Amino acid sequence: MLVDSYKFLPRSFRPLYEGRGAFPGEEAPVWTPFAKRLSESRLALLSSAGIYVKASQPTFDLDREQEHPEWGDPTWRSIPATARPEDIAVAHLHINDEDLLADPEIALPMRALDELAREGVVGGAVANHVAVMGYQDRRLEDWHATTAGEIVAHLRNEDADGVILAPA
Amino acid sequence: MPVLARWIEAAGIPTVVVTMMPAVAEERRAPRIVGVEFPFGHAFGMPHDRAMQRRTLELALRVLAGAETFRTRIDLDVEWPVPVREAYRAWQPKVPSPIVRKLLETRSRGST
Repeated sequence: MLVDSYKFLPRSFRPLYEGRGAFPGEEAPVWTPFAKRLSESRLALLSSAGIYVKASQPTFDLDREQEHPEWGDPTWRSIPATARPEDIAVAHLHINDEDLLADPEIALPMRALDELAREGVVGGAVANHVAVMGYQDRRLEDWHATTAGEIVAHLRNEDADGVILAPA
Repeated sequence: MPVLARWIEAAGIPTVVVTMMPAVAEERRAPRIVGVEFPFGHAFGMPHDRAMQRRTLELALRVLAGAETFRTRIDLDVEWPVPVREAYRAWQPKVPSPIVRKLLETRSRGST
């Protein structure tokens, strides 16, 4: 089966995504071989669903986005692998958050990854996964200048051997 | 998200992107791609459907660890169990996002 990439996208949005080619300056291949066996690897998850920990973290800044519709909060959150579904909140103005709040695993499958670790399919999960809010300014300036580097430093600190990224 | 994956990959950490728009991830040159025909906000599947979520995650792990070449794309052969029109409505926010509101206002001004 070949996925229809535009099945759930409003028709008027399609030209915003289709046929635009590479991001400027990001044409060349990038490749890091996955060196270890999965059963000896520590994996990280990264969701762009605007997830954060209600009790201890600030929300993504939706007020500023309301005032400046081309802007999206470029910061990131470290999500403890031990966070329970009821600890999670969602700040994202471009999706309905009902299903995400009912079951955050649909964006950040921390329980499923733990289960695979218990079964020995993967070596383990990082202690802290990563969340961003995926609606960003089109040039990704702050992500490029700041956020990406911070996330890489976090992933290195967590000894991540690989990352599974999931856009919302 | 594909561009963020490229920056992480370039820093030496292998990545896979699980996405409902795999054709766009290919255009943006993400290193490894898993396509899912799921509504936005549901990269790993239906809420509380552990089997579907696990199947998606397992494919992502296989592609992450097993892909041999740049821009490998494998699509998940799972159909969304909700009728398309219903699912299309359900994923969208109850209130249009600020940018959509702005575009709609611009369009309505243009047509008057």
